[in-house]
Amino acid sequence: MRKEKSEEKIKRVGRFRPPTPTQVIAAAFGVLFAAMIVYLCRYAYVNRQVMMSNSYNSRQKILLEQNTRGDILAASGEVLATTEKKEDGSEERVYPYGNLFSHAVGYSAKGMGGVEAAANYYLIRSDIPLSKKAELMDKGEKYPGNTVITTLDRNLQETAYQALSAYRGAIVVTDVRTGAILAMVSKPDFDPNEINALWPQLTADKEDSRLLNRVSQGLYPPGSTFKIVTALEYIRENPADYGKYSFNCSGSYTAEGLTIHCFHGESHGRVDFYTSLQKSCNSSFANIGMLLDRGAFAKTLKTLYFGEELPVDFPCGTSRTALSASSGASEVMQLSIGQGATSISPLHLNMITQSIASGGEMYKPYIIDRIVSADDKVLVSNEKEKLRRVMSAEEAQILTEMMTTVVNGGTARRLQGLSYQAAGKTGSAEYNSVEKTESHAWFTGFAPADDPQIAVTVIIEQAGSGGEYAVPMAKRVFDTYFEAED
Amino acid sequence: MKLYLLEFAKMGEALLMAVYAILSFCVFLYRTEKKRFPFYVVQIILMVVIQFLLFMQMMLKTDDMRYLFFFSFQAIVLIAAIIMHRMIYPDANLLIVNNMCLLIMISMAILTRLSGTSAIKQFIIVIASMIVALILPEAVRRLRILSEPWWIYAVIGILALGFVLILGRVVNGSSLNFQVMGVTFQPSEFVKIIFVFFAASALAKADNFAQIAGFSAIAALHILILVFSKDLGTALIFYTVFLMMLYVARERILYLVLGILAGGGAGIVAYRLFSHVRARVAAFIDPWSAIDGAGYQVTQSLFGISVGGPFGLGLYGGKPKAIPFVEQDFIFSAIAEELGIVFAVSVLLICLSTFFMMLWVAERTRNRFYRLLSAGFGVTYIFQVFLTVGGGVKFIPLTGVTLPLVSYGGTSVLSTILMFGVLQGGVLIRAQEHREAVERLTHREEPGYPDRSREEDYPEEADYPEDDAYRDDAYHRDSYEEREERRED
Repeated sequence: MRKEKSEEKIKRVGRFRPPTPTQVIAAAFGVLFAAMIVYLCRYAYVNRQVMMSNSYNSRQKILLEQNTRGDILAASGEVLATTEKKEDGSEERVYPYGNLFSHAVGYSAKGMGGVEAAANYYLIRSDIPLSKKAELMDKGEKYPGNTVITTLDRNLQETAYQALSAYRGAIVVTDVRTGAILAMVSKPDFDPNEINALWPQLTADKEDSRLLNRVSQGLYPPGSTFKIVTALEYIRENPADYGKYSFNCSGSYTAEGLTIHCFHGESHGRVDFYTSLQKSCNSSFANIGMLLDRGAFAKTLKTLYFGEELPVDFPCGTSRTALSASSGASEVMQLSIGQGATSISPLHLNMITQSIASGGEMYKPYIIDRIVSADDKVLVSNEKEKLRRVMSAEEAQILTEMMTTVVNGGTARRLQGLSYQAAGKTGSAEYNSVEKTESHAWFTGFAPADDPQIAVTVIIEQAGSGGEYAVPMAKRVFDTYFEAED
Repeated sequence: MKLYLLEFAKMGEALLMAVYAILSFCVFLYRTEKKRFPFYVVQIILMVVIQFLLFMQMMLKTDDMRYLFFFSFQAIVLIAAIIMHRMIYPDANLLIVNNMCLLIMISMAILTRLSGTSAIKQFIIVIASMIVALILPEAVRRLRILSEPWWIYAVIGILALGFVLILGRVVNGSSLNFQVMGVTFQPSEFVKIIFVFFAASALAKADNFAQIAGFSAIAALHILILVFSKDLGTALIFYTVFLMMLYVARERILYLVLGILAGGGAGIVAYRLFSHVRARVAAFIDPWSAIDGAGYQVTQSLFGISVGGPFGLGLYGGKPKAIPFVEQDFIFSAIAEELGIVFAVSVLLICLSTFFMMLWVAERTRNRFYRLLSAGFGVTYIFQVFLTVGGGVKFIPLTGVTLPLVSYGGTSVLSTILMFGVLQGGVLIRAQEHREAVERLTHREEPGYPDRSREEDYPEEADYPEDDAYRDDAYHRDSYEEREERRED
């Protein structure tokens, strides 16, 4: 009887046997440990580079005792940073070009900066084969650290450096086909050879911020260069009839109590969509701004990485705009001409320029081309990396045409009639919101317009108008690049 | 040549550890110790080779031949311990013994590297504990009366904890330990064992809700005293252990769910109430912004774990001493730094397999007291491992718990070895139960047998291989259905 009952039960329950408490507990801890092991391996692996370079991590010293810090080279092989052994046996980091690469290459002491910081993990390691290490160990020598080869072009860097001369500001040059950074200059600068002696002075001085890499960390009002973005949004919302746009400029535009003036109060008369950008008419762009759908505009700004950290491997400022679907008229008018609460880093503006040049795809800017061990084994190799498509090819094409007119008879006409056809946009960003007297000079553009190769972005602090100051500097960079090309 | 040897030792020990860890899970494929025996032999060989490689590394790095002597001495002692276990207790579970010895060996190697004198001190305590642990299983098997006096355990436990609380108050509330003849003595480590005895004894008896509520209240009293002593890590261990044992005793998942919810609630209350809990949680969520203060330990520990890579920097190759309290609280990070992630993860897997074996023993023990005792010790052990390693790798907030058998600390290693010894007593009980059952089974067909009134204890259908009947565990396979049925009747 009893046996029957139990058999019946087994049939009813089938093969399934509910887990016993010990099995449940075993499974629970098994899962917990599996999660912990995956977490610890992942965390250790993903963060190994950042953690190695943390100034609180004394383990760097172990590697530096074993290995000589590796060299940093320009794209064509010039040594930008190396380690020299002094007579007393101590080592010294030497930067043969002094101030020229101060922000791009950076410094290895005092918490590090530039490529020195970004590639620290590899520079202090030595990935030569074990047999070579054994040989060196027997001789009592240190192992040579890995070498970092940058994308920097010494020639362009020098040109940009000299062009900027004594001004404060920044110039960044990228290859629009890949996103590789060819030159990166920020001023005022410092001599990385003297970093230890200069340190108290550099950190005390808040006015100049000489340690700040203005290319990536400097945030400026974009001024008229932002009209490219406003124009993009207008094309996007009116793909069929943007060409029919027309506006009569009388030197100012007023809506809901706010008046926007054109630069130096100039009145441009009747302008269409193209001539609005060519002449950089503030009144017309304030008008365009009022015609835009604020929600859609905010979305476009988001795809362009406004208000979002730039996905690059070095410290960057985050560009800001004050726009949402509920923004008021004054905010939109200010934004349309790149003023108000709008700010952008030169690198970010360069990335937007690069996307226009390369048909709408934004590439990740990078400064390290590859990292090799002392016996030339490639450890890291960076290539073109697409971030996202920020505009359609048609939109990029229209913007290119518009930016070409800016060069041909517009505000950037100092680039007109050269061996290459450039396309660009100037800006004179008023930065003192109280007095509105001085302005930063901007230029961003690329060349050649029909087959773009490089994008140049220039900002000069407190210089005046972009067309007068920034465009000639960009021209020197373009000239150097295309002369070298010939 | 030296460099080759060092690299070889580094890779070798990591890979052999991984093999050892895999073997300790492979033994679960077989259900009798006899069939598992070849695995155990391989494990013992691996153990000696790993230990040799560890000490060879230290010898090469420091050119000090004394390491070789220390290695030989340790190897002899630990191998002797394993062999004696096997000889005195043929029924003992060798996986638990092997794993215990391996973890002690690793502890010795890393402690020697961190601080030679504390390693020697620790080793003396290990030897003494091992000797006691050799007597324990038989003592536990004989003294069946151990399962009775739950109230004695409760009184001892509460008095000991209360003593620490009051004395701790007197000395600024900072120290939870005493110095007796140069040896630091932490009563809470021993109370852990007594508490498991209490819970096992009480829950084995409890058969109605009122009793369970009463016993839970006594357990809660222990935990409250710990909370007042600000020893929240130990309080958490006590809580978890009691909860898991309650679940094993009552077999109702509801207890577990309610217990975890209540524990979560208590955690929130503790967070609101105690500033040091808030500090720990803040340092867990973002240690980097508090790297100068509350986050210092964890970030240094994380540096250690990330710097080693798969095979580590080698003994004497890293800077594990940069982590404060590395010998006690962050020994796992030191292992990951110098011996590598592969080695460190293998250590975790070995701890886990030890725990699984303890539960396996619990699952197959019929005597409620011993079943609960084995499960309770298992959870006590693995939960400590989880708290210390999880805290060190930023998986959970830091609790300041040591890694059993590996961390430096005389009381901790002594109490853990004793715990393992008592657990082997449980293993003996299980083997004995099994033998008795097989005996009854073989006499079943004889006239005048069986005793019908005890029929429910008999397996319904069992097919025992003749030669292996003695050790085979098939007898217990249907224990769940049987228990279910009994409960229904």
